[in-house]
Amino acid sequence: MKIAIQREDFDAGAEARALSRNNPAVGAVASFVGLVRDRNDGTAVSAMTLEHYPGMTEKAIAQIVDEAKGRWKIVDCSVIHRVGELQLAEQIVLVVVASSHRGDAFAACEFIMDFLKSQAPFWKKEATPEGARWVDARVSDAAAAARWSSASTKNRVA
Amino acid sequence: MKVRVLFFASLREQVGSAGEDIELPAEVTTVAGLRAHLMARGGDWGPALADERRLRAAVNQDMASLGAALRAGDEVAFFPPVTGG
Repeated sequence: MKIAIQREDFDAGAEARALSRNNPAVGAVASFVGLVRDRNDGTAVSAMTLEHYPGMTEKAIAQIVDEAKGRWKIVDCSVIHRVGELQLAEQIVLVVVASSHRGDAFAACEFIMDFLKSQAPFWKKEATPEGARWVDARVSDAAAAARWSSASTKNRVA
Repeated sequence: MKVRVLFFASLREQVGSAGEDIELPAEVTTVAGLRAHLMARGGDWGPALADERRLRAAVNQDMASLGAALRAGDEVAFFPPVTGG
């Protein structure tokens, strides 16, 4: 399991291959990449700065991954989140999950991402034509995490 | 008792501090008590910590409620709802 908070960019393909290399039990790798988008809440965004809480960030992500491991059969996973100043279209976050079957990989990847957005201590500050502004937390992000508390979603991909 | 207090993101900018070690009066024993103690400083402290819906706290790097108890040496952080990913 790899958890990294870094300023540098990452190679999603290389990270995915690293999880399955030398591990014939892996039959499925699901990944998610989050990028810097050019608009947010109707305003043009030209760049963003990401701040985090060193120490707690790694701990919070490890707890989310542990929770995912308790729900699905995960062979290995990697979570990389960048901090510092990021330009448009740059990669922000990567979640890769390797499992024996796709159902576990898809579900665990989405679960980790949903909880990372609502539990891991990162904050985004956007550069806009009106100046820099801190991004407000979205109600929909809290709802995305909350839906996993329903048992019916646990094994939704058979 | 002495605790370390940290501030992040918009809250850090509002109070003009990333954190400090602070000696608490005996009656301050919870996160809520620490919050009230800081708000009583006046100036930007009150407005920065006033809105409970926009305030999150962590004790020793775990998310904590305002009612969480404090012990000497704890690291307490205040910050707005998180927006990573």
